[in-house]
Amino acid sequence: MYELKFDPELCLHCTTQACLTRCQYMEIDGETAQKEILKIARGEDSFVLHECATCYACEEYCTFGNHPYYLIAEKQELLGLSPVPRPLIQRAVNLGIPFRGQPEIKEINGPVLNIAAFSELTYLIQGKLFDGVTPISTDERKMFHYFCQLMYLHYGRDSVIKERLPRIIETIAKHKPTEVVCFHDECYGAYTSYCKAHGIDVPFRPVHFYEYLYNRLVELKEMIRPVNLKVAYQRPCSSRLSPDKHLFVGRIFDLIGAESVKREFVDENALCCAGAIEGQKREGSRKGAAMQQQKNVEDMKRAGAEVCVFNCPACFQTLGGTVARNGIKPVHMSDLCRLAIGEIPAGWR
Amino acid sequence: MDSIYQSLAAIVDAEHVSDRPEELYIYSFDLGTAEPHRPDYVVSPETTVQVQEIVRLANRENIPVVPLGGGMSLAGLAVPLRGGILLDLKRMDRIIEVNEKARYAVLECGVSQGQLTSYLERHHPHLTHSEPGAPPAATIVGNVVIHGQGDLAHPYGFNSDMVNGLEVVLPTGEVCSFGSCAVGASWFTNHPMPDVGLFLGWCGTTGIITKLSIRLLPAKRIRGIGRFVVDDEGLVPEIFYKLTHTQMAEDIIAFSSAIPPFASKLQHFTVNIAADSEKELELKQEIIWDDTLGEYIKRGDGAYLGFTRSLERPQISKTSDYKKGGGFEYVGSIMPIEKYPECYRRGREISERHDIPYTVTGRCIGAAHSMMFAWTYAFNRADPKTIEGARNALHETDRLVLELGGVIWKPGTFGQKLVLERLDPNTRDLMKKIKGLLDPKGIMNPGNWEIP
Repeated sequence: MYELKFDPELCLHCTTQACLTRCQYMEIDGETAQKEILKIARGEDSFVLHECATCYACEEYCTFGNHPYYLIAEKQELLGLSPVPRPLIQRAVNLGIPFRGQPEIKEINGPVLNIAAFSELTYLIQGKLFDGVTPISTDERKMFHYFCQLMYLHYGRDSVIKERLPRIIETIAKHKPTEVVCFHDECYGAYTSYCKAHGIDVPFRPVHFYEYLYNRLVELKEMIRPVNLKVAYQRPCSSRLSPDKHLFVGRIFDLIGAESVKREFVDENALCCAGAIEGQKREGSRKGAAMQQQKNVEDMKRAGAEVCVFNCPACFQTLGGTVARNGIKPVHMSDLCRLAIGEIPAGWR
Repeated sequence: MDSIYQSLAAIVDAEHVSDRPEELYIYSFDLGTAEPHRPDYVVSPETTVQVQEIVRLANRENIPVVPLGGGMSLAGLAVPLRGGILLDLKRMDRIIEVNEKARYAVLECGVSQGQLTSYLERHHPHLTHSEPGAPPAATIVGNVVIHGQGDLAHPYGFNSDMVNGLEVVLPTGEVCSFGSCAVGASWFTNHPMPDVGLFLGWCGTTGIITKLSIRLLPAKRIRGIGRFVVDDEGLVPEIFYKLTHTQMAEDIIAFSSAIPPFASKLQHFTVNIAADSEKELELKQEIIWDDTLGEYIKRGDGAYLGFTRSLERPQISKTSDYKKGGGFEYVGSIMPIEKYPECYRRGREISERHDIPYTVTGRCIGAAHSMMFAWTYAFNRADPKTIEGARNALHETDRLVLELGGVIWKPGTFGQKLVLERLDPNTRDLMKKIKGLLDPKGIMNPGNWEIP
């Protein structure tokens, strides 16, 4: 079985305890933070395990790369303290079961784009930006063979990831990719962060979607016309697993002439879409999630955003409607990039 | 060319009558598992007068008449079991009147669910109707005739409870009207005229409804679907009860299915909520999810799955896509809500015995006065063995409905036979007398509700 590489010694010598002191959902001082994280590491109960919003942010806040969130999720399962009700766990675990036959493996021997469990969104990987990269997992019936499984962190079901992820990696590797562009940064985080933290071998080179988009835009620079839009970026929880790639958001915006508005909830202080919060067991979760979404959108409005840019389809689904009802146009990053090179994305008005 | 064909052509014109084998073939089956039977003629009238003339002709010639709406019943109710004239009523598709203030619509019998929905959205956005889970081509009258229910069944009941009036061509050709329209008033109410009740639930064996007045209902500006899930089927009846007590929802459905896997062995609820303002919407959501279902969430027994604005209609018929071959048929029943757990468990057993992924659905009718519980069986249209398997499962389920103390909804001929065997003998005699009185030659949709 794969084991998390977590070193309590690093927490003992940490002077900031930023993993918990910077948490946006719990008020925790440094002393308590150290005490609680060490309790969790020892497998003891902690209020943190009960109150965690599962936003992944502590993975970014920890300056030692010690994976506090993976630890929390692992111990939630060990102690039977999942943050969500039992039927939601069962539903989620069932969701990732492929049920319509085996994947059709074609050897690509070149770069591939894995759209994972979002086959219905293939309209987001069309046009010149995606010339020369072969999509895999475009068949909705087979997409769960390509699903990185990391979402089970939200459910306190780390064991499902450990059980299924190696098979997913094996399936992708059978396509003989030279590199795998990950449409969703949760997949990228799975292969570069989670696998590394748990000693799971990844026999291909994952590429972050934004890094890919940025490089393609540079190649197509002659075609770029500034979009001249004021944009707010909805940072997904999964991007906390690859914070080194977050800089591509700003680089892309600069390249395509999108003005990133000055917000309070941005970059490391970003608020999650609250999709994972609304289904939690804690009292007031639904209402709290709605209030957080409104707070987030009000921040976008105050900053003068015309467009809210999404990466994660789940964030788009959770927050897109609220954003639109507040007069801000929700758009996926790839569509924004397509606009910049003169292509009209599906449904763009 | 035979004389009946010529007579029909004289009534409707040659364009709208056919005895060509390829067209008779199309009308010989429905989308379920019923054995096909070809009609001898297909005719598509445009007016009530033409319907009268066709029925009189059929009486003279002693030939069966089978009325057909959208052909979506799945139970073989409009399959011409004894041949004869298949009366395709889709051309009678005028929306004659919509009364905004009194909230009703007068329609011809061929008006479809989708047609009325889009007409109301365009011209009367404050009004809606209770749309069933059938595809949009299903007709309003077809649904009413089988005592159908729609997505407003929880607050308002069966669609047949919303009838304000009827125009009916009797099997002998006379036209009768029922409700306030029968005394020359507008079509605004079915009450307080003496109860005749001879045409709903009879599957077209007592006459042909040519016009209908149906109640329309308030359409709120925001309509959406909230979702909830539990893993214990035993909780479903009390959740139905508590949700209906709030009087905050439009439609309340519970379902479980083997495919897609996320739904397997879990009971999902869809709760339609409507509001005219964000304030009203949040109030309703708070009462439903936080105050009413919050206890299940806190205990970890139930989970809130979010609220999606806009209605996706219809949904139930999507079951046909879950298995290769595109076929499905279901047994519907009207059941007490407390039977949900047993309906679910026994339904799964039947499905597993016949190697069919199980799909069950329960929709609240009224304030949980009853539910429509359906067991759906998918089959491959290209594989007779799977059709036979589904048919056997359907028959087994028909028996189960009666065993559990329910009533089979829109039964096919097999289910009708089971119902008639159990029917109060005096009621059966009365039905026989009524049928004999209205249809002395037995020409209307023979093979259905036949009492020896």
